Amino acid sequence: MSAQADEIVEQNDQDPAAEVEGLPALTVYTRSYLARVKGGQLGSIPAMTGLIVISAVFAVVHPGFLSAYNIEALVIQAAPIIIMAMGLIFVLLLGEIDLSAGTTGGLCAAIMAVLLLRRGAPWWLGVIAALASGVAIGLSMGWLRARIGIPSFVITLATFLAFQGATLILIGGQGSVILPGNSPLIGLENSFSPLWAGWALLAVAVAGYAAIKINDAAGRRRAALPPTPMAVIAVKVVTLAVLGALFTYVMGINRNLTSNAFFDNKAQGMPWVVLLLVLLFAVWHFVLSRTRYGRHLYAVGGNEEASRRAGIVVSRIRISVFAICSAMAAVSGIAAASLLQSVQSNAGAGNTLLLAVGAAVIGGTSLFGGHGRMIDAVLGGLVVAVIINGMSDLIQGSNSAGYEYVVTGAVLLLAAGFDAVVRRGRAT
Amino acid sequence: MSDTPTLQLRGVDKSFGPVHVLSAVDFTAAAGEVTALVGDNGAGKTTLVNCVGGIYQVDAGEFLVDGKPVTVHDPRNAAALGIEIVYQDLALCENLNIVQNMFLGRERRTRLGTLDENTMEKLARQTLASLSVRTVRSVRQGVASLSGGQRQTVAIAKSVLWKSKIVILDEPTAALGVAQTEQVLQLVRRLAEQGVAVILVSHNMNDVLQVADSIAVLYLGRLAAQVRRADVNQTQVVELITAGRSGELGLSPAESTGATV
Repeated sequence: MSAQADEIVEQNDQDPAAEVEGLPALTVYTRSYLARVKGGQLGSIPAMTGLIVISAVFAVVHPGFLSAYNIEALVIQAAPIIIMAMGLIFVLLLGEIDLSAGTTGGLCAAIMAVLLLRRGAPWWLGVIAALASGVAIGLSMGWLRARIGIPSFVITLATFLAFQGATLILIGGQGSVILPGNSPLIGLENSFSPLWAGWALLAVAVAGYAAIKINDAAGRRRAALPPTPMAVIAVKVVTLAVLGALFTYVMGINRNLTSNAFFDNKAQGMPWVVLLLVLLFAVWHFVLSRTRYGRHLYAVGGNEEASRRAGIVVSRIRISVFAICSAMAAVSGIAAASLLQSVQSNAGAGNTLLLAVGAAVIGGTSLFGGHGRMIDAVLGGLVVAVIINGMSDLIQGSNSAGYEYVVTGAVLLLAAGFDAVVRRGRAT
Repeated sequence: MSDTPTLQLRGVDKSFGPVHVLSAVDFTAAAGEVTALVGDNGAGKTTLVNCVGGIYQVDAGEFLVDGKPVTVHDPRNAAALGIEIVYQDLALCENLNIVQNMFLGRERRTRLGTLDENTMEKLARQTLASLSVRTVRSVRQGVASLSGGQRQTVAIAKSVLWKSKIVILDEPTAALGVAQTEQVLQLVRRLAEQGVAVILVSHNMNDVLQVADSIAVLYLGRLAAQVRRADVNQTQVVELITAGRSGELGLSPAESTGATV
């Protein structure tokens, strides 16, 4: 409560909207952006910086790091982490935690694999069963949290353990269930879209993004509100287009070193999972930023009592986030199964969840609730994948796995510490 | 000012188990006026406010809004009657901005079902302008970055936006500095000028004497007196608060000692 913040802004009376008086819109925009950053709302800056710096370091010490082959590997490794992190953000927004997202994903994938192989079900039925199991699991955990009042930490610690057991029982003695080789499920992480489809996706994404931003600005102008400056929109759209084009181009390079005139099996094009990521991102970003439900998620995460007084049914919101998180965990489990072309009896155990939580937090989602966006999952997931991928090349020898765990743990702790410090800065 | 007060309570009783917190309280609040509700700690101010807001239900007594008898059984029902309580702890979400807070729970939507940010922002600006609020730089400012006075302003503006008939302000200046208190009191006046029946719960005698049109004094769960501001001076109000009577005003000597009548 600084007295300075209370200074009276002199303006002319007839136009209450005239906070831009005399200043170009761009200056106003830049000023308010800088003020937000100074106030602790760093947005994607730390994750972006981290991604660039870490990638640069690995690219220097390991020349193959930025090869098309490795970038593809990075993306398909990151995909299950990003998908799970997207779901976790909903739970984290309410200041809750789901420790069982990893094993929930494993269990749902196991259910799918068992249906496919032992019951001969078609692949889409397996996917529906996995998603339905995820939703059911999430609803039950949410109900235990919201209606019974058990802390989410305890509920999900219990299910973390129980689902690990359930997966073990389902898979049985053989240790893993291998997905049918011709299944489109394997294609998700292991085959590529035609080159034109990648460029078409990029064109749709860029055009759609530009259209939405320009439409927003036009709407604000119609409503006589200061619109976002066109220059800012242009910079954002061009950045997206350039980065997207670069990625699409790299994904268009043939990564199969053995292909030649006689043996023409090229590995080129966008992995299908990228399309899934773009779709999931668009849907959940829309839900969080443009719907009443999304607004209420932030409100409940920010101040539960205020939300209740405003007429929001807090328990319903709370149950819903667990359902979304577990359903996304199921999607993540399916992607992980596709990557490994099988479901292991320890699927989703170990550090799966830790990586996803790390991704969300590194991306900028707060562990204390109320702050987080979908882009956090994508950027954070990429940072985590880059660290894992780069480390595995950097650290060789018998203890390499041990070092990887230590470094990943340290990065998560660093991100969480950063979050706590920034939050303290916000409060004052 | 019409003859029928916006809010009228007659003979309100409320007890928690054996403890009589309110007995036979009569209270009125008229549109376009600031009615101060004062009293010492434990006099029953908060209980009375919570009864009006539907958080507690009265044991006995009549409750009239615009002259019509109503029953208030929960906060939502009270809100539907146009009763809004601005609590001391304000009930704002720090992670949301001013517009988002003002429309929380009543978001406007476009035909497509998405949030209608432009309409909400415009209405929020208009509301703040109608209250001549100049202390807020931008309606897209996060509430976390606002001062106590600015937060109070947002909370009060919210009740104007929702066209509340009766606005109860619980200690709106308790945590504020001198300049901010002044701004909030001016806001309270402007709120009343818009035709709202404002009930100001306060400990601060200066605030009360400065803005109130009518002063209701609670003393040990009884209404000692409800007087016009113009008819009393500070000494009389203080006597009413501390002793329940002042000269001809207030409870009878027997009542004011706390004896059962």
